[in-house]
Amino acid sequence: MRASNFHRLNRRERSHLIKGLLFISPWLVGLLVFTIYPFLYSIVISFTRYSGFLPPIWLGWQNYQRMFHDALVWQSLYNTFFYAVFAIPLGVIVAIILALAMNRQLYEVAVYRTALYLPSILPLFALSLVTLVLISPQYGLVSYVLTALGFPQMDYLSDQNTAKLVIVALAQLGAGNAALIFLAGLRAIPQTLYDAARIDGASRLRCFWSITLPMLSPVILYNIITGLSAALQVFQQAFIMTGGGPAHGTLFFFYYLYNSAFAYAQLGYASALAVFLFVIGVVMALVLYAIAQRFVNYEQVS
Amino acid sequence: MKGTIDAPVSTIKPKAVKRRHIIALMHNLAGQIITRIFLIAMSLLFLVPLYWMLITALKSTPELTIFPPTFWPLHIQWSNFIQAYTYISFGTYFVNSVVITALVVIGTVLSNLVVAYGFACIRWPGRDQIFYLLIATLFIPLPIAIIPLFDLFASLHWINTFLPLVVPPFFASAFYVFLLRQFLLQTPYELIEAARIDGASELQILWRVIVPIARPAIAVVAIFAAIGAWNDFTGPLIYLQDDSLRTLAVGLVFFRSTHDIQFNLLMAASLMSVLPVIILFLVFQRFFVRAVTLGSIR
Repeated sequence: MRASNFHRLNRRERSHLIKGLLFISPWLVGLLVFTIYPFLYSIVISFTRYSGFLPPIWLGWQNYQRMFHDALVWQSLYNTFFYAVFAIPLGVIVAIILALAMNRQLYEVAVYRTALYLPSILPLFALSLVTLVLISPQYGLVSYVLTALGFPQMDYLSDQNTAKLVIVALAQLGAGNAALIFLAGLRAIPQTLYDAARIDGASRLRCFWSITLPMLSPVILYNIITGLSAALQVFQQAFIMTGGGPAHGTLFFFYYLYNSAFAYAQLGYASALAVFLFVIGVVMALVLYAIAQRFVNYEQVS
Repeated sequence: MKGTIDAPVSTIKPKAVKRRHIIALMHNLAGQIITRIFLIAMSLLFLVPLYWMLITALKSTPELTIFPPTFWPLHIQWSNFIQAYTYISFGTYFVNSVVITALVVIGTVLSNLVVAYGFACIRWPGRDQIFYLLIATLFIPLPIAIIPLFDLFASLHWINTFLPLVVPPFFASAFYVFLLRQFLLQTPYELIEAARIDGASELQILWRVIVPIARPAIAVVAIFAAIGAWNDFTGPLIYLQDDSLRTLAVGLVFFRSTHDIQFNLLMAASLMSVLPVIILFLVFQRFFVRAVTLGSIR
């Protein structure tokens, strides 16, 4: 808004403008200090060597070159994507199934809703600790059940892949949250669509594929995007349960970033990693958006 | 899904129609039973971690190493809770968590309400464009900010205090502003204009007119801010270094790595950390359901 425009406003509009800006000033200040400044700072620092104690030293592209050749970077990226590829689709599928089940006219649906939603708000650190108890190779409930089913007894945290799968499984406890969102979406689908399909002789499965899924597609997209955002930042469970092991099998990208910054005091390199993570996030969001154009249906049925 | 479209039938049904109706009814019933079994099974599955936390907390130490594991403690050891309280600095961690959570809630509610009011209840030129900017910031993830923020707080000498965790919520966050704005937009603008004509200042309008109407939305924001702060791990991990300042999240985890601790005590402490969240949920359940609908007004 140019200064000259300011004087084109009448007095009332001017006073409203000032008041409006005043009211949103906390957010504006926060935007500058906590969002824009760190964003730019991260980019600048990523070109330096900075330990936090001495002044930063300009390195040019060295951090990024080092990143390219750093085996741990690729390992941690692989771990993060492994997790994302399993956790996100599984989460969406579980949530949809739960929502479909809860959508039936059951009298006691509130009980199921409570039971399924509760784990998603419990602190992750507590769930991680109890998971350690549950998958203990000798005394854990999970080990007991799986050996009874015929699986070999093993320490699931000692193998690279099963350790990641444990974390994927743990994440599914949060499906209750997504299930409620899907349930709201299901309830918003007009019954007339199903009635019309029934008249045309559609089977239940056909109704699901051709009506339910397309009408849910915006919600599915939303869940995939938020799931991806969360997956790129997975950290806590690995920190608590495995310390990144075994053999860096659960060293997720954000965990490596954390280590670089706070364990090895390499803030410059960590910033380069952060910028890289940001770029990955943006690229994935754009890819998702492009895919969504093809599949997601926003038409509302009146 | 509802059943088939029923054509109006007379009370005396021919046998063929009657059989078809019975079969449809049985399909429905079978479907209901299967769904019920499924939901019960899934509910139990989801509650297993919580249940296991409870029974492990009540077991005596030797019982922890029984195989196959017992599903209910042989001798209930309530003393585990007391022991957890005294052995671990549980009281300190708990108080820290409470203080930080309370301050975060206060800051979140105040700042987001004020900012949302600015975006919803005052009409000023450029408002909607700046709001789009706000929405855009929703997509910037946290990791890119943590290192510069740490540096910033370090230069302010705020490291190893509560301040880096407690001050930022006083500057509003795009997510809550979005939520509150959606809600506030539903209040009739005439109400606000009338108050203005009557000479009320904006703050008075906010306090007297908006807050009573917006109580449910404010409650939702407060509850979710509280849970977010209570459960936060990464923030306290980075900024709180003295053990006396740690919250439950990092306190318990670090205690486990620095001291020898049996899992029953650890589970007792974990359970006590989880209990406030559960109580909050059970008491304010309807707000959680409301939150879903608030958020899905897109």
